[in-house]
Amino acid sequence: MSTSLRNNTAVALAVAAFVLLLGGLALAFYWVPDAPIEGFRQRIFYIHVPVALTAYACFGWAAWKALRLLWLRDERYDLESYTAVHMGLIFGILTLVTGSIWARTSWGVWWSWGERQLVLFLVLFLFYSAYFMLRYSVDPGPRRARMSAVYALFGVVLIPVSFLAIRLAEGLIHPVVFDRNVNSNLAGSQLFTFLVCFAGTLALAASLYVNELTGKRVDERLRELREALT
Amino acid sequence: MSSAEKYVTAAYLVVLTVLLAYLVIYAFKLSRLEREVGELAELARRRRDAERTSEPERDSEEVAP
Repeated sequence: MSTSLRNNTAVALAVAAFVLLLGGLALAFYWVPDAPIEGFRQRIFYIHVPVALTAYACFGWAAWKALRLLWLRDERYDLESYTAVHMGLIFGILTLVTGSIWARTSWGVWWSWGERQLVLFLVLFLFYSAYFMLRYSVDPGPRRARMSAVYALFGVVLIPVSFLAIRLAEGLIHPVVFDRNVNSNLAGSQLFTFLVCFAGTLALAASLYVNELTGKRVDERLRELREALT
Repeated sequence: MSSAEKYVTAAYLVVLTVLLAYLVIYAFKLSRLEREVGELAELARRRRDAERTSEPERDSEEVAP
């Protein structure tokens, strides 16, 4: 993709993210009625769940790029996979913090080690945090690219485990919204607002990804240029 | 403001704060890249000037018997 096309994509994504997130926020606070049990605090749902799903999407994207690298032996996918892990971690931090705030207001605790969903997400987050330690402990080159790709691929296995944890476990307090009864769990206005917010966070993640990737590529090319000139 | 309202506001503010922090970090990165481009441009200019000054000397050496 040419630089100008990539810049246009980044601008379009940033505008889409801004409009969708602002719209989602307005819908969440001025249109959606209070939830029957959770009341006003249920509005954290419209930021927490989209951010969590976006983190999964980023890690999934990183694994896809890692697979492409291993399959096609094309090293440009290394930087793309690395950038996606970077974005996934940013959204992972947001998931943990917003989830913790929601837990405090709903359950009265900031964290519950008995909750498999929370612990598994933390494991996923720490697993991908260790990706950086692995990456920077190996010299740049094809070996590092392959090792990082294998690691990113292993991590993606944790995503369905983390997602299914609350559906497979019993006696938990973490709510399950997206199951076969999604239509009875969420009213039409709630589902619509959630989808707007989710589209907004996905657009935001994509925009940040394109910008970060461009920055990392420029950084890499500058290093090559410096080596050639000195 | 009720307790629930405070927590909801805190959750949204956290997201905004993290995004702003990311923006600040990215701004620092951009200014570093700009500085490095400037240094490389200066390096390339000096190298070009050095090549230009060495060329007439080489030409005069070739002409001399």
